[in-house]
Amino acid sequence: MSTLNINGQNRQVDADPSTPILWALRDTLGMTGTKFGCGAALCGACTVHLNGQAIRSCVTPISAAAGQKITTIEAVTGGTDKVGKAVHEAWVKHDVAQCGYCQSGQIMSATAFLKSLPRGKQPTEAEIDSAMAGNICRCGTYARIRAAITDAAKTLA
Amino acid sequence: MHFEPTTLELPKHLQALMAAQPESPVAEGLPRRSFLKLTAASGFALGAFPLGTMAQEAAKPSAGLKPTQQPSAFVHIDKDGTTTVTINRLDFGQGVQTSLPMILAEELDADWSKVRSAHGSNDPAYIDPVFGIHITGGSGSIAHSYTQYRELGARTRAMLVSAAAARWKVDPSSLRTANGTVIGPGGKKLGYGALADDAMKLPVPEAVTLKDPKNFKLIGKATGRLDAKAKSSGHQGYGIDVRLPGMLTAVVAHPPVFAAKLKSVDDSAAKAVKGVKAVLRIPVDRGGEGIAVVADGYWAAKQGRDALKLEWDASGVDKVDSARQLAQYRELATQPGARKYDADVSKLDGAAHRINAEFVFPYLAHAPMEPLNCTVRAADGQVELWMGSQMPGLDGLAASKVLGVPPQNVQVHVQMAGGGFGRRAIASSDYVVEACSVVKAAQAAGINAPIRTLWSREDDIKGGYYRPMHLHTAKIGFDAQGQVLAWDHVIVGQSILGGTPFEPMMVKDGIDGTAVEGMKEPYAVPMRLTVHHPKQNVPVLWWRSVGSTHTAFVMETLVDEIARTTKQDPVAYRLKLMGEEHPRHKAALQLAVDQSGYGKKALAPGRAWGVAVHESFNSIVAYVVEASVKDGTPTLHRVTAGVHCNLVVNPKSVEAQVQGGALMGLSMCLPGAAITLKDGVVEQSNFGDFVVPRITDMPQIAVHLVPSGDAPTGMGEPGLPPLAPAFANAVASLTGKPVRELPFKLG
Repeated sequence: MSTLNINGQNRQVDADPSTPILWALRDTLGMTGTKFGCGAALCGACTVHLNGQAIRSCVTPISAAAGQKITTIEAVTGGTDKVGKAVHEAWVKHDVAQCGYCQSGQIMSATAFLKSLPRGKQPTEAEIDSAMAGNICRCGTYARIRAAITDAAKTLA
Repeated sequence: MHFEPTTLELPKHLQALMAAQPESPVAEGLPRRSFLKLTAASGFALGAFPLGTMAQEAAKPSAGLKPTQQPSAFVHIDKDGTTTVTINRLDFGQGVQTSLPMILAEELDADWSKVRSAHGSNDPAYIDPVFGIHITGGSGSIAHSYTQYRELGARTRAMLVSAAAARWKVDPSSLRTANGTVIGPGGKKLGYGALADDAMKLPVPEAVTLKDPKNFKLIGKATGRLDAKAKSSGHQGYGIDVRLPGMLTAVVAHPPVFAAKLKSVDDSAAKAVKGVKAVLRIPVDRGGEGIAVVADGYWAAKQGRDALKLEWDASGVDKVDSARQLAQYRELATQPGARKYDADVSKLDGAAHRINAEFVFPYLAHAPMEPLNCTVRAADGQVELWMGSQMPGLDGLAASKVLGVPPQNVQVHVQMAGGGFGRRAIASSDYVVEACSVVKAAQAAGINAPIRTLWSREDDIKGGYYRPMHLHTAKIGFDAQGQVLAWDHVIVGQSILGGTPFEPMMVKDGIDGTAVEGMKEPYAVPMRLTVHHPKQNVPVLWWRSVGSTHTAFVMETLVDEIARTTKQDPVAYRLKLMGEEHPRHKAALQLAVDQSGYGKKALAPGRAWGVAVHESFNSIVAYVVEASVKDGTPTLHRVTAGVHCNLVVNPKSVEAQVQGGALMGLSMCLPGAAITLKDGVVEQSNFGDFVVPRITDMPQIAVHLVPSGDAPTGMGEPGLPPLAPAFANAVASLTGKPVRELPFKLG
C-alpha cells in the first residue's frame, strides 16, 4: 500500500511500487482524465504535474511520487488554478479539441509551460512549439493549440 | 472509401448477411427497440442512451416511416427543455457530435444553448440511411444524414406544435416556433420541455415541410463544439474509460508474424505476477494464435504478458520482407493486368516530351491516440460491447458469432473515440473478435467478469490493417504545349476490400475501386490504367481518404511536372486541362490562388509555391503552399486552402477538418512515416520509430470556403490528399527534381 498525494489529497493505492502513476490513477483510483497513449513517454497524453513540473505518468512509477505532490487535469481545470482555468477557457474558446483524447496532456503541458514563464512574458510561437513538442495530436489541432496558448498568456498578463 | 452513389449493393449484401442470422426479437415478443430496454435495465449511465429516454418513446410510430425517420430514436426533450440529439455515427473528432444536432435543431427551432448530444448504438434506427448499414465512413455523416436530420427536426417540431394546439384548443397553423418555444395567439408561450411528453405520444407526421435555407439560423453559423468543455477538462469519456463493476483487463500477446501459431508456452512467470487472474490461449485474427493475460488492471496484465515465454510457429505463413516485396511489385508492374481505363497509348513513342516515373508508397498505420480497446460483458445470453466503433452493426454481428448468441442479443454502446481514421471501421472486426474470444476463453476458465481488452501502442503499430503499400508507374507522352498524347499508368497494391463483405460492391472486374479512386479526373487525358492486386500476408485497410492518399499524389505531381517541363504556370495549366467542365474544382483552386497571393506576392527568399487540387468523397480541396528546402530538409511554411463542399453546416468544423486533414497529409511526407517488414515482422513499434507530425511541423494554415447552397458533401477526409503533392511540387520547383516517393527522400 502506497500513499500518494493527488490534487491535494492523500490517497491510498494498493499497487506494486513499480506501477506507473498513470495506471494507479486510471485503474486503481478511477481518475480517467489522464490518458494512455504510448506507454513510453513519446506522446505526452499521460502528462501530469509532479511538484508543478510536467512529467509523463506512463513511465514514472508511484515509488517516485512518494512524498511528492501529483496534480492531474481534473484539478488543473477545476477552476481554482488560475493558469489552468485560463488555459481551459482558451481551449474552449478556440474549439481546440477534435477527438480530444490528447488534450488532457496538451493542457497539462501548456499549463506547466505558462507557469514557468516570467510574469507578464508573452511566449513566442517558437517557444510554444518547443514547450509543446512532446505532445502528439493525431487530429492535427496544433494551429488552435498555438492560438489558445497565446490567448491564455494574454489573459494572464 | 468512396462509394459510388449509383451502386448500392452493399446494403443488400450485408442485409442478406444479417437476414441469415436467427429470427428477430419481434418473434420472441420483445419490442423492436429492445436495446433501449436493455440499456435502461442495466442502469449504466455509460449506455448509448441517456436514462429517461424511455419515457418519450413514441406510442404511435408511423407505419410509413423507417426506424431512421422516427424522432423518438433521435430526440429527447427534458422537462427543463434540455434537448438531447442522438447521433447515428461515431464521433472520433470530426465533429458530427455537434453538426448533426445543429441540423436537427435548425428545423426543430430548438434553443441551441439547451442542445446536448449522445452516441447511438447498433440499433436499426442508427444505420446510414444511404448505405443501409451502421457506418461512419466515406465522409458520409453529414452528406447522407443532412436531409434525415432536418426531417427528424421538422417532425419533432410539428408534434410539439400539435401538442400546444391541443392544449390551447387552437388550429396548429396559427402557431409558430422559436428558440425552443411554441408561440400562440396573443403571444402566449409554451416551452418545448412542457410539451414534450404529450408531443412524443402523438402520431409522427410522415410529410413535413422543410425550411427555406435562407431562413437558417444555425446551419452555416460557425458553432463551437458541444463537447469542447468536456474535452478540455479530462471529463470526456472514451471507450478506454469505461469502468464496469468487477471488470478485468486483458492484454494479448499477438504473433510477431501475422497469422503465426504458438509452438510452446511457458506462462509460469506470468501467472506469478500480482493481479494476474488467468493466462488464456485464444485464436486471433487471420487464423493465428495468441495468449491473453487477464488481470485486475492494465499494468498487471502488461507485466504478465511481458513475462510470458513464447515460441512461435510461422512455418505455415508468408514472411513479408519490404525490400523483396518492392522488387516483386516492380516485376508485376511489367505484366498484363486488369484495365480500369483503356485509352490508346500508341502515341507515346512519337511524343516530343516523355516522363517515365515510378512512385513508391509505404504501409501506414492509423495510430489513433486512443489505443484500440473493447469492453465486453456477456451474461445470461446477452452481450454488451463498449467501444468507439465506426461499424457497430458488423461488430455486433461478429460478437454474436464468437459468443454464440443471437445478433439481437448483442448491444453495442458506441463510445466517443480518440481518433480512428478508418481503423475502427473494420470488416473483420479484429479487435472486437479478439475481445470476445478473451471473454469466451475466460468463461470457459470460470471467470465471468466483464473484460476490457486493451492494446498497447506497440500492439497498434505492429497490429496490421495498414494503408497498403503501393507502386505506381507512369509513362506519359506530351507535346510542347503540354497536351497529353498518351498516359500509360500501372498501380500495384493489395486490394483493401477483396475478401470482405464490401467486395461485391467495390471490387469490379478484378479492380478494387478504392485503389483507383482519384485517378485521371478532373483532367481530360488519354489514360490506360492497369491494376494489379497481389496478395500479401499483411492486413490492409482504408486510411483517411483511402485511395486518394496515393492517387492524388501521383496525379498532382505528374500534372505539375508536365507544366514545369513545358514552362507553363501550374495553375493555368491545370485550368486548361480541366476544359469546360469541373466548375467546383476551378472555384476551389481559384479561391486558394486568390487568397494565397499566388503569382502576385513576392515570396521570402528560398521559398517556392506548390499547388494541388483534388476531389475525394465529392468534395474538392485545393492547396497553395509555400515551402523551402534547407540542407536537404524540406519545410512547409504556409498553406492556403480553397474548399468546395457545397453548403457548409458548421464552418468551424470544416476548418478543423481541413487543418487536421492537411496535417495528416503532411504526416505522409515526414521521414520515418512508414511501416516496413523484415522476415515477416513489422519493424516499427511506437511513436519513436513510426513518426507522426508534432506541433513543430505545423505550418500556418488558412481555410477558405467556396459559398454554395447545394446539398452538403463530406469533409472528414478531403483535406488530406492534396497536401503532400502541393508540398512536393514546391520542393520539386526548388530542387529541380521531382519527388516520387513518400515519405520524402531527397538527394
